[in-house]
Amino acid sequence: MSLTVEARHRLGNFALDAAFTSDGGVTALFGRSGSGKTSLINIIAGLMKPESGRVLLDGDVIADSERRIFTPVHRRRFGYVFQEARLFPHLSVRRNLAYGRWFSGKSGSGGDFARVVDMLGIGHLLERNPSALSGGERQRVAIGRALLAAPRLLLMDEPLAALDDARKAEILPYLERLRDDAGIPIVYVSHSVGEVARLAKRVVVLENGRVTASGAAAEVLSAPAAMLATGRREAGVVLEGVVEGTDAAHELTTVRVGEERLRIANVSATPGATLRLHIAARDVMLATSRPEGISALNVLEGNIFALTSEEDGSVDVRVSCGGATIAARITRFSRDALALVPGKAVYAIIKSVAIDH
Amino acid sequence: MDWLAVSDAEWTAILLSLRVATVAMICSLPFALAVAMLLARGRFFGKMLLNGLVHLPLILPPVVTGFLLLLLFGRRGPLGAFFADYFGLVFSFRWTGAALACAVMAFPLMVRSIRLSIDAVDRKLEDAATTLGASPLWVFVTVTLPLIIPGIIAGMIIAFAKAMGEFGATITFVSNIPGETQTISSAIYTFTQVPGGDAGAMRLTIISIIISMAALIFSELLATFAARRVAAQ
Repeated sequence: MSLTVEARHRLGNFALDAAFTSDGGVTALFGRSGSGKTSLINIIAGLMKPESGRVLLDGDVIADSERRIFTPVHRRRFGYVFQEARLFPHLSVRRNLAYGRWFSGKSGSGGDFARVVDMLGIGHLLERNPSALSGGERQRVAIGRALLAAPRLLLMDEPLAALDDARKAEILPYLERLRDDAGIPIVYVSHSVGEVARLAKRVVVLENGRVTASGAAAEVLSAPAAMLATGRREAGVVLEGVVEGTDAAHELTTVRVGEERLRIANVSATPGATLRLHIAARDVMLATSRPEGISALNVLEGNIFALTSEEDGSVDVRVSCGGATIAARITRFSRDALALVPGKAVYAIIKSVAIDH
Repeated sequence: MDWLAVSDAEWTAILLSLRVATVAMICSLPFALAVAMLLARGRFFGKMLLNGLVHLPLILPPVVTGFLLLLLFGRRGPLGAFFADYFGLVFSFRWTGAALACAVMAFPLMVRSIRLSIDAVDRKLEDAATTLGASPLWVFVTVTLPLIIPGIIAGMIIAFAKAMGEFGATITFVSNIPGETQTISSAIYTFTQVPGGDAGAMRLTIISIIISMAALIFSELLATFAARRVAAQ
């Protein structure tokens, strides 16, 4: 599977000039609102026609402005999950789900239907009307509807943005299953580091219509450049780790990152599985001596290798701990009180419950 | 209560009115739907002109519309001759002409009603249907059409009511021939022109009120039913 997208388009004062490639799995288009993420995904879907550009999937030319090729939306077979579920109000959940199967020419495969319904946990909703569903349920139905159209590529435009945290937590595991089981490449638009860190293999960072960074999720999201795209709240690092085991009694999972071990709460992961952890810089404390009698379970020893002053008076401290980089955001006061300078040995303290996975 | 007994001539007028209004409503529906779709969604040169043309019967004096129909669809009118020669369809001084006059007069009301409901359709739903593989025609049939049904029903009923009450254009175009073109309205008019016709005019007036109320209630019921089906998302 390979996807190539190139697009140049002007909309009033906004100019989009972006290109990226993907070789399967989940590719996240990441950036602030107004960065051009949605325009780009609409261009891939064919809902928007760029002034110039190309979309190639597995060598098939889907659109190419130079060669005047433009496959209409309904013949692209790209599933699209929108921010709002956009379920058809006049059809029941079952008929919403079956809508796309009609046109995909696969209406006979009942096994698919059962499998998708089961994967998304929407079996009990089939006879209801969309108006009787909660936001999270609607979004799950929308995902099922897109999947059942047998798409070659799945486009998701902030499918969780309209939901509260509880609903997000309800849907994320389904998205992970989708990524692992369905085998359909996904382009996932989001402005949430946590979501992207959890789902995406590759990240393309968009800013003002241009690609400012792209590459493996852990690398791109840990780079300080990501701060510009996300705002400070979520800035931090993304670490890739391997699950070692779970302490069932305390619901704690041990993840090995480099030479360090981190204990995190409430994960359902099998040993050996790879996990991406997002550790926000604001959740990390620094100490100059090993703390005693502290509830935080993760105390990592390391050396400071960079200190960057932020304009709001805080300081971004990067600590190298046994092959992993941890970012901590502290005040200038703390930096001076603890006399933190590059090379100094410190302990990074991370609460288990603060780690996004 | 003798004065309540409806005469044969009056029955003829009532049945003719119902037939004329029904035919006018049904025959203009496909055109109204197409024009409403064109006006709501189309982007083309002359859209303002089409919009004006459709609404013209609403603004012109009905007599003027009737006279224009007479010029166009009369025996020797360009369109009248064409329909007579190729389809054997004669409008002048026939009930078909009355239906045509009613359809033309009711057309803008029907188009307006349907167009408003098309404007209210969330185009994002249509985009979603397209991404699921539906061609534009299928999107219209499976998404747009079901969502505008309440507007179509309202438009049909209002057109029916307008057709039942049409007088000026009809009498100008096809005159007032008992049994052929004399609708309830023209029959009432005739009654008021002769001495002692008050009772007949009264009977037809009451029947006219009953039919109008029934149509209104029927449309309300249908619209409620349809609105429940496409209840807010």
